[in-house]
Amino acid sequence: MHTIFTIAKRELATFFDSLIAYIILGLFLGFSGFFTWLYGNDIFLVGQANLRVFFNIASWSLFFFIPAITMKMLAEERKTGTLELLLTKSVSDRQLILGKFLGSILLVCIALLATLPYVLTVANIGNLDNGGTLCGYLGLLLLSLAYTAIGIFASSITTNQIVAFMTALFIGLFFQIIFGVLAQNFTGNMGRIFDALDLQSHFESISRGVIDSKDLVYFLSITVLGLYLGEWFLSKRHIS
Amino acid sequence: MDIQIEKLTKTYGPQTAVNNISFDVKTGEVLGFLGPNGAGKSTTMKMLTGYIGIEKGDIRIGGKSVRDTDGAFKQHIGYLPENNPLYLDMPVMDYLEFCASLQGVEKAKIGSRIREMIGICGLNREKHKKIGELSKGYRQRVGLAQAMIHDPEILVLDEPTTGLDPNQIIEIRKLIRDLGKEKTVILSTHILPEVEATCDRILIINRGSIVANGTPETLRKQAQGNEVLKLRIEDGDAQTILKALNALDTVREVDLIQQDTNLFEVQSMANTSSKRNIFQLCVEHKWVLTELTPLETKLEDIFRNLTVN
Repeated sequence: MHTIFTIAKRELATFFDSLIAYIILGLFLGFSGFFTWLYGNDIFLVGQANLRVFFNIASWSLFFFIPAITMKMLAEERKTGTLELLLTKSVSDRQLILGKFLGSILLVCIALLATLPYVLTVANIGNLDNGGTLCGYLGLLLLSLAYTAIGIFASSITTNQIVAFMTALFIGLFFQIIFGVLAQNFTGNMGRIFDALDLQSHFESISRGVIDSKDLVYFLSITVLGLYLGEWFLSKRHIS
Repeated sequence: MDIQIEKLTKTYGPQTAVNNISFDVKTGEVLGFLGPNGAGKSTTMKMLTGYIGIEKGDIRIGGKSVRDTDGAFKQHIGYLPENNPLYLDMPVMDYLEFCASLQGVEKAKIGSRIREMIGICGLNREKHKKIGELSKGYRQRVGLAQAMIHDPEILVLDEPTTGLDPNQIIEIRKLIRDLGKEKTVILSTHILPEVEATCDRILIINRGSIVANGTPETLRKQAQGNEVLKLRIEDGDAQTILKALNALDTVREVDLIQQDTNLFEVQSMANTSSKRNIFQLCVEHKWVLTELTPLETKLEDIFRNLTVN
């Protein structure tokens, strides 16, 4: 556990030492803020004191920004050779993967915490549904776990950050849209399978305020599977 | 801690990188690991340090097989990998703290260990800089510092003195020698004088197999065979001296290298020495012997003989 924290702490420190963290946080807040408050189907158009609009937008911005956070996690370590340095210390493959995962998730959490002013603003305008808002954030957190795990996996299969980024987006795209579209186009068992795989429907049911074990199992399964595959690819080493 | 390597084999696809090699390294010994590029040095070191898995054979560290210990052996090893990978965006102090923490150094001791390493490796002026701002030599010192930060019993150093200036090389070699008195050190290098200066024992591998294993003296003896002397004799005619030398019963062959200065190269018969006979000869003829140098086979020659094929 100590090792995992040490690795996560270094990741966070590196993020904030470089410009990357500020750029990603700025883009995330700018992107979701713009669509929540200023443009399109925004909060004022809906006219209700809830953050449903924000949660929907945030799910999309996280879909884009999480791969940007995770892409360098293992790909860069492998490219610069520091992976060898880490794994010949008292660090197992699993500890490394979990440390990287924790570091990324903490950065996402910081981004989500930075949106608390939205909550305070809406709570001032009208009567905010506290339970619903909490569930919305829970939904975003679960979605982040899943996308971060996918991102870590994508980063474990290559030494090129761009390839890692595109792979994570490509896999994410299936969960974000394609399974949903397929679910509408198929009937019967195929339709049910695609519907069960569609991330948006699980996310929406949580952010509506319904915490179903089915949805929890869904997000946690993707997370565990992503991390497990990441560990498996890491263990193969690919001496370059 | 002793290291025993038994019948270690590693293949990458159709290529055998390390082929059935076995050797021991004991505590208090500095082992020089030599071989041409691609001979399997780094692969062996990567297996020893737990970066890549063992395919066939076994490595025992302190008597325990690394297969059984689930990675626990790694904290006894300090490793400086080839090309010295580092986190260039981290300051030196933070980086050493990170390494110490990963290697399980107690929190209370981390500070003093870092200070000690910075002192030993001469990093005091650079300690607050980012590693990316340092020159190659200083990065190498950081690499050495991180390898030794947890005071490991085994040090595995892949080309430890590349990029250092001559003064630093001498200091680091001395450091390795001192460490080698209590610890087990394996170092690989291409610089042959370095091996003679630091190592108790030399292991030469070629194409994945061990081709020589022994102290520099034994290797030299094995390679040398007959005694060869370089000698300069004055106050005599070159041709006369040549004839007289050839007539000695311990001499196998004489070459006149320089006619004008009477420089000769004399090879003795197997297991004999001609030094005394040559001296007697000069006394008899009242020649003056101004130079008599035994020619040692250089480590370079041994290395070339064993690895060029």
